[in-house]
Amino acid sequence: MTYQQPHTEASVSYPETTAGSPLVAGGVKVAARDANVHYADKHAIKDVTLDIAPHEVTAFIGPSGCGKSTFLRCLNRMNDTIDICRVTGDIRLDGEDIYDRKVDVVQLRARVGMVFQKPNPFPKSIYENVAYGPRIHGLVSHKDELDAVVHGSLERAGLLNEVQDRLESPGTGLSGGQQQRLCIARAIAVSPEVILMDEPCSALDPIATAKIEELIDELRQNYTIVIVTHSMQQAARVSQRTAFFHLGNLVEMGDTETIFTNPEHKLTQGYITGRFG
Amino acid sequence: MNTLLVIATILVLALIGFVLGRRRIIRQAEGVYSRLHSLPTYHGHFVALWCAVPALVLLAVWVPLEPKLAMSAALSHFQDDIGIAANLESIKTSTLALLLQVPKDATTIELDALRSDQLDLLRTEIRNMADGTASTGHAAFMEEVASVYAGFRDISTILMVAACVAVAGLGAGVAYSRVRPEMRARNRVETAVRWFMILCSTVAILTTLGIVLSLLFESMRFFARVPITEFLFGLHWSPQMAIRADQVGSTGGFGAVPLFAGTMLISAIAMCVAVPVGLLSAIYMAEYADSRVRAVIKPCLEVLAGIPTVVYGFFAALTVAPLFRQWGESIGLDVSSESALAAGMVMGIMIIPFVSSLSDDVITAVPQAMREGSYGLGATRSETIRRVVLPAALPGIVGGVLLAVSRAIGETMIVVMAAGLAANLTVNPLQAVTTVTVQIVTLLVGDQEFDSPKTLAAFALGLVLFVMTLLLNIIALHVVRKYREQYE
Ligand SMILES: Nc1ncnc2c1ncn2[C@@H]1O[C@H](COP(=O)(O)OP(=O)(O)O)[C@@H](O)[C@H]1O
Ligand SMILES: [Mg+2]
Repeated sequence: MTYQQPHTEASVSYPETTAGSPLVAGGVKVAARDANVHYADKHAIKDVTLDIAPHEVTAFIGPSGCGKSTFLRCLNRMNDTIDICRVTGDIRLDGEDIYDRKVDVVQLRARVGMVFQKPNPFPKSIYENVAYGPRIHGLVSHKDELDAVVHGSLERAGLLNEVQDRLESPGTGLSGGQQQRLCIARAIAVSPEVILMDEPCSALDPIATAKIEELIDELRQNYTIVIVTHSMQQAARVSQRTAFFHLGNLVEMGDTETIFTNPEHKLTQGYITGRFG
Repeated sequence: MNTLLVIATILVLALIGFVLGRRRIIRQAEGVYSRLHSLPTYHGHFVALWCAVPALVLLAVWVPLEPKLAMSAALSHFQDDIGIAANLESIKTSTLALLLQVPKDATTIELDALRSDQLDLLRTEIRNMADGTASTGHAAFMEEVASVYAGFRDISTILMVAACVAVAGLGAGVAYSRVRPEMRARNRVETAVRWFMILCSTVAILTTLGIVLSLLFESMRFFARVPITEFLFGLHWSPQMAIRADQVGSTGGFGAVPLFAGTMLISAIAMCVAVPVGLLSAIYMAEYADSRVRAVIKPCLEVLAGIPTVVYGFFAALTVAPLFRQWGESIGLDVSSESALAAGMVMGIMIIPFVSSLSDDVITAVPQAMREGSYGLGATRSETIRRVVLPAALPGIVGGVLLAVSRAIGETMIVVMAAGLAANLTVNPLQAVTTVTVQIVTLLVGDQEFDSPKTLAAFALGLVLFVMTLLLNIIALHVVRKYREQYE
């Protein structure tokens, strides 16, 4: 299924009821309708409308500066931390407007975890890095439970075998790929429903990248994953659905295979065949 | 004056050398710069250095040597011709004879037999007469000696100018003739620059070393009279000593413990004020304040750092201390009018900008990615600050605080004005105490003999102060460096 270009205004019309109609079959985890983002005067995201299906990997691709990160950060309200950033439109998680006044951004971010471009473990031990989230959210009541959560998260992030005997050593001492998996473990530890990843492999070597991609594929069983990537091969390898952004517009979104083999839009075709970007 | 002129001349020559050297290599390159080992500028610098450095070195040797040589010429003229009766007579009739204590029946003056202060007097006389300034009495013979001195000096000046210009020209000429495309001018110039920098840092190091050594030696002289154990562990400080045997009441006690204790007490009070206020305002500025608020608060704190300590001093002595005394009396406490509390509080206020700006720096240096990572996990701002930002910044903050402590220990003006002189050994902040710096000041103010234990005690106190702040600084720098490594 494909999208028409949302910024040609007349082309798409959604019912006034903010929930809108689902644009994907088989349920919607995250839904955006006419989302706009401004950084002061800069219009960084223009009328983006899309749906993200549960238990799938959705990839955002597009040339640098087209607003992939900006849109991703709207989904867990990370943009709130930027003073000049203003988000309008309607973004829903399980049908609930996440920009509603009643929504507690702390709880939202516990449900929508995030992994960043550059691995950013805290300057604490490996154990403390993973225990950080459960601790601040009061998810565990005693040490045994915490141990179990930490071990489970490291296990699911595929890191446990490598760090089992040095949980107390600093997280910053791991290799880049290990650090990034530690960050994934840290995100998993608060049992999020959605995990946002902003170019998680761009600072890693090919072997570490392969490991993370493998991990993403496994995590799909339990989480909804949105990944921003620079690499089209990566999008093709890990994602089920792909959205192509250009200059703040969502140009086209659909099954990854369709996007890569038979894109609707000229811009998408140009980008995928490497003519620009 | 002459020297400045010579320096200017040498520099002008060097500039000319630079231009010529550059032009020569450009001509030799014939437009193909890849043939050159070094860029034309380096060849220019090469010639300029060869022009200026030897000439300046010569100048630096000549200038201090010149008066010495002139003086020894003048004195030997004095010695040679003093035997002539008329010459001796002319001196005997001038006041110089009195100063040199020449007996009425003397037939000559032996320079070797003069005391060193008399010889100095003679030298000053010669110099003054040569410069045409006041002299003790214009003995005809002395005029003659002075003219030898002046003449030697004039010739020497002319020689110096000639020699310096010649050396500059020679150096430039040799260097100029060696300018070739394959010459490694860059390496040579860089070597010269490196040596110059080594020289500069050597000057800094030697100065420090000199100060430390003089502290050390004077302290040793002190410890030769007062045992070091008494100084370091004695509880009684009263450095007033009897100068004459018949004076009473001054026994001289050099136990410095009350001073160390007083210093510690006041510094501790200061840190109790400065650390919480400075740290919290730093956290506010770095994490909460938006840029407009920050633009107001930061300069305000910096103004605090710009207030001269003497102003803090009289603020402490004339405003804060009486206020504390009043408050104390109103609730029935006995507060000294020179309480440690007042001095410490004001010192703390003085140190706030120190703590806050250093902490602000390290807090802002914590990468934004750390904060985002924490927010991304659903942490609130205060959780992020307490659990991620502060722990990450802690070593840097500790380093900053240690630097602030060493500042507090060395601070003088505020305590001189507000802390009093009584060397009480107490931990009660409401009483008057004194500090190491205050005592150094009081030991040295006024007319002093330079080798009494009282004066020498200042060196010993200075040494202790130096060692204390040095240790604190070393620890602080070490801690700060550790912190930097964590993020690189
Ligand atoms: N914090 C910010 N302040 C101002 N402009 C920003 C900020 N972050 C991103 N932008 C702008 O928004 C646009 C989209 O940026 P971004 O989402 O980072 O692009 P992408 O991740 O696709 O490379 C860019 O033009 C960028 O300059
Ligand atoms: Mg980006």
